[in-house]
Amino acid sequence: MVISRKGKPLLARESFWGFLFITPWLMGFVLFTLGPMLTSLWLSFHKYDLVTSQFVGVENYRRLFVRDELFWKALHNTMTYAVFSVPLGIVGSLGLALLLNQRVRGIPLFRTMYYLPSLVPAVASALIWQWVFNADNGVLNQALMFFGLPNIQWLQDQKYTMPAFILMSLWGIGGQRMIIFLAGLQGIPEGYYEAAMLDGAGTWRQLRTVTLPLLSPVMFFNLVLGVIGSFQVFTSAYIMTGGGPNNASLFYALYLFRNAFEYFKMGKASALAWVLFAILLVLTAIQFRWGRSWVHYEGDDR
Amino acid sequence: MKRFFVWLALVGGAALFSVPFVWTLATALKTGEEYAKDPGRFIPLHPTLENFPKAWTALPFAQFVLNTLFITVVCTTASVLSGTLVAYGFARFRFRARNFFFYTMLATMMLPGQVTQIPVFLIWRNLHAIDTYYPLIVPAFFGGGAFNIFLLRQFFLSIPRELDEAAMLDGAGYLRIWWRILLPLSGPAIATVAIFSFIGNWDAFEGPLIYLNSPERYTVAVGLRMFQDSYGTNFEQVMAASLIHIAPTIVLFFLAQRYFIKGINLSGLGGR
Repeated sequence: MVISRKGKPLLARESFWGFLFITPWLMGFVLFTLGPMLTSLWLSFHKYDLVTSQFVGVENYRRLFVRDELFWKALHNTMTYAVFSVPLGIVGSLGLALLLNQRVRGIPLFRTMYYLPSLVPAVASALIWQWVFNADNGVLNQALMFFGLPNIQWLQDQKYTMPAFILMSLWGIGGQRMIIFLAGLQGIPEGYYEAAMLDGAGTWRQLRTVTLPLLSPVMFFNLVLGVIGSFQVFTSAYIMTGGGPNNASLFYALYLFRNAFEYFKMGKASALAWVLFAILLVLTAIQFRWGRSWVHYEGDDR
Repeated sequence: MKRFFVWLALVGGAALFSVPFVWTLATALKTGEEYAKDPGRFIPLHPTLENFPKAWTALPFAQFVLNTLFITVVCTTASVLSGTLVAYGFARFRFRARNFFFYTMLATMMLPGQVTQIPVFLIWRNLHAIDTYYPLIVPAFFGGGAFNIFLLRQFFLSIPRELDEAAMLDGAGYLRIWWRILLPLSGPAIATVAIFSFIGNWDAFEGPLIYLNSPERYTVAVGLRMFQDSYGTNFEQVMAASLIHIAPTIVLFFLAQRYFIKGINLSGLGGR
């Protein structure tokens, strides 16, 4: 029984149709997001290997924190990766955007050359970089040799594996994120810079007082999503190193994938997923708190 | 003077960024013997194109391409159709909890896939849909993803309501307005959605890896991985196969460059 407030029949009400149109999303949300989220939480309290299931309470979680060295290794690896690749990536994209915003000959060609790497599919990219990092014949080591520097066993030496992944992540700094920065840069009215110049501000000063504050919302957006994305690195690790050597490149997403789809420890994998979710929630909350002090929104009277 | 240094920096950087590409190409153009003898050499002595057909036929890449195209086309069409419907609802209608649902949808962009991965896999398993294309296709019918819906909604907001109202005066129903007014005017937005959907599906790896078991069902990405597994030592062929995998995306970029840039402006993320 539908009681209509204004006396209009259901089919004539705007609200009904609005709701109807978003139904595809709503259904998908319940079926593929909300439902599974709750289910995976429930699963995390069980031991389940696709055949038998057993309720174990918080045992999965306890084991992760107390007994599972690989869990901590994966967490450590992924956080290291995030700490370096996200800030470097954002600074790199921003720097590149600043460079590509100049009036220089051949800018469109440059933009294309910097953008293309971001279009390379993950699998191909992994294979390409595996070859670049090749200890004996890779172009990177050839360059090192050329400068008289010692050979580095990039993907075979524990010490250098994560740096290799971080380096590889920088190949894509000319991608979508940079384009977003570029659009943001181009949206800044010339007048602001002129005013700053009249006040005697040089290039660096202008950058600090005009450009960065006005771009801070975009930077923040990229920071939050970047952190979340960095915790989901999977394909490159799966293809290039399989997590090695000695788990030096065991990313969290890879460890989770293994537990779920190779060992079929569904309960443990679900627990891993929820720990990840909790960590990201906390990290995101921290970023929002911190963001309040430096993110500048238009309409603020500062 | 400053301009010169900027130009220099750009050239230097571009050269660096191109190195992996050039390195890959150089290797792909080497014969098997030359690769075995001198893998590290930058410029092949006897460049050859033979690795491309070799790689193509070593594994059923033609089949992989067809499979991937099937998934991509279905997903893209479904995303556009369902995404525009949902965006229409968010953009043009007022209803209780609209904002709540909209922000919830945006929030899902921040959700790590892992939290839903396993139960979704179990759902498909219970439906006996493992090793079929259903798990990879069906989700696209539910809006095509938060980013798509967001982008389309922003675009719809920029289309004047007067057009809707004029159509309504002529007796058009809501669905008609969607089909006859909004969709035709949304060419750029739809093109952007379609392009990113194509690229996303062409590149997708983890999904196909999890759900596809029979080699004849593999997508190009998974096939490439299989190629690495079986022919890893013939690296010159692996590089050729990689280039084959990359090619369509690059071509698409050159054909539709402006849509890559437009997408940002449409979503309003760049400007203020």
